[in-house]
Amino acid sequence: MSILIDRNTKVVVQGITGREGSFHTGQMLEYGTQIVAGVTPGKGDTRDAYGIAIFNTVKEAVAATGANASIIFVPAKFNTADSILEANEAGLDVIVAITEGVPTRDMIEAVRIVKMGKARLIGPNCPGLISPGLCKMGIMPGNIFTPGPVGMVSRSGTLTYEIVDELTRAGLGQTTCVGIGGDPIIGTTFIDVLPLFEADPETKAVVFVGEIGGSDEEIAAEYIKTKMTKPVVGFISGRTAPPGKRMGHAGAIISGKTGTPQAKVDALLAAGVAVADTTHDIPELVKKALGL
Amino acid sequence: MKLHEYQGKELLAKYGVEIPGNAGIAETPEQARDAVARLGGKGVLKAQAHTGGRGKAGGIKVAGSPEEAETLARQMIGMILKTHQVPQGLRVEKLLIEEPITIEKEFYIGVVPDRATQRNVLIVSAMGGMDIEAVAEEHPEAIAKLPVDPLIGVRDYQLRQVCYEANLPDHLILQAAAFLRKLYTAYMEADASLAEINPLAVTKDGRLLAADAKFSIDDNALFRHPEFAAFKEESEEDPIEAEAHRRGLAYVRLGGYIGVIGNGAGLVMATIDEVARAGGKAANFLDIGGGAKADVVHNALELVLSDPNVKGVMFNIFGGITRGDEVAKGIIEGTRTLDIRVPMVVRLAGTNAAEGAALLEKTSLIPAETMAEAAEKIVALTK
Repeated sequence: MSILIDRNTKVVVQGITGREGSFHTGQMLEYGTQIVAGVTPGKGDTRDAYGIAIFNTVKEAVAATGANASIIFVPAKFNTADSILEANEAGLDVIVAITEGVPTRDMIEAVRIVKMGKARLIGPNCPGLISPGLCKMGIMPGNIFTPGPVGMVSRSGTLTYEIVDELTRAGLGQTTCVGIGGDPIIGTTFIDVLPLFEADPETKAVVFVGEIGGSDEEIAAEYIKTKMTKPVVGFISGRTAPPGKRMGHAGAIISGKTGTPQAKVDALLAAGVAVADTTHDIPELVKKALGL
Repeated sequence: MKLHEYQGKELLAKYGVEIPGNAGIAETPEQARDAVARLGGKGVLKAQAHTGGRGKAGGIKVAGSPEEAETLARQMIGMILKTHQVPQGLRVEKLLIEEPITIEKEFYIGVVPDRATQRNVLIVSAMGGMDIEAVAEEHPEAIAKLPVDPLIGVRDYQLRQVCYEANLPDHLILQAAAFLRKLYTAYMEADASLAEINPLAVTKDGRLLAADAKFSIDDNALFRHPEFAAFKEESEEDPIEAEAHRRGLAYVRLGGYIGVIGNGAGLVMATIDEVARAGGKAANFLDIGGGAKADVVHNALELVLSDPNVKGVMFNIFGGITRGDEVAKGIIEGTRTLDIRVPMVVRLAGTNAAEGAALLEKTSLIPAETMAEAAEKIVALTK
């Protein structure tokens, strides 16, 4: 099994005619994802290069195709938060916002509204998620993933690829990998994903990848300590980052005493998490946790 | 983007917030003298630099006459202001010249987005005029918070309530609540990511004044705020960081001697950690982003090499959207056109890594299989 997305996930692509949207539609199709529709206002009743039907609104796309998930590539200047709300109102189960650069004010409002309903929003500014062999809703290179017992949740994109690559080479496949994104206000945080892995019978261990900034890792550590029975292996990037400097991600900044790597590592260790010093150590720690 | 005090006060004034009278900005001692003369012969000279703790560091001075203002300004303009927040110091280029005010009491009010509640939070404290983080640490009970539901907004009773909870004096509650509303409105409409008035001054005659103003604007929202374009000043930034900004590269100078270039913020951070583990010190953080083409790589390399402390460069690329052969082309192009006298270690993985490695074979670049191996190699080569 997997979490959030599987073979039956029917995906609509919002912003399908843009450069990123069209490229990744091709990549996702190649991976085997069921892309059933695209949405670009003004381009309804046409088809994209892969023959995918394009609609003017998400509502129409859902009515015509039975889509239950959406992936959003709509650029920030075209009001990404509005696209998220459109997907939300269309009754989808999973909404993935890949777009980077969405204003915080818009996300505070959008996240508040989405949380009133049933939809699970992932992102924005994230690589998306993948259930290897079943469905890819994201921009990650599909070939490095392989099915297996490890669940993964991460704030970073390429660092996730690095770690997944090491896991796969070590013979450790994945149930689902979720990239939650590097922005301060995101639809899904660690503590939204961890219970799903805890409940998923096929996930036997979880790899948790955090970074400096905020206190989401500490909050997750509390959850792991009190609620999780499955083993967790953790990694925190930015261990040597200086305070006050924003390291690429809007959320990755140590300000004052919050967001320091040491506090995060300490919280994870106290929760019984095996914390890896380098990405290279992660497969060994996972094997140990699985008794392999 | 951080605003200077004078810019923040300009913004607040538009929302009806009371600020001390001022005679504008002085960039020369003569301007400071004339400004103080316009204020009637007495004035406060305030260094405009993006840091707290300016007073203690000598960045705020009181002049009793226009002549004294000129003398003080001569010392202050061009000084490197070193504070506890920015120990390496910031160069002062502008002074805000304000009317002196007599402060009876100092409060703190601010607004920030809170990740945990996913809301904007208003913060009020009767302990103003000092570092709010220190107050939060030592007197957490002296800080009152109001998380704002974005769909409901702020209600007057909530504003009164948070002021009462902060133990502001009874007779100032209504005034403070009105002040908070103006601050919150300015924060929201400006797409700010921080708004702080510290101190919020109570004058002898019982008025509330924004004695200082600290604003940051959400960089992601700048595209819809052309009015802030004029506020952008690069002079205070590190010159290489300023150049990176112009080139649209995510670069942070870190002070070490190993240049680091990679794709993806998390991966670059982990690479810097790996360099430290191997016994080295990174000169910079540089994320070339997703899908970076050869010209971007060339541009990034040129920037990193412009730091005279750089004794070697490490590339760490995990291809997803970014293709290994494109990155290799950029590096090769860079070695042809730039004067490179330092060793460079290149680690390519993921999409088209093999094609990239083949291109690099005939060059002097040193290949590495893994991130750890690359870090060890570059550290050994720069010892």
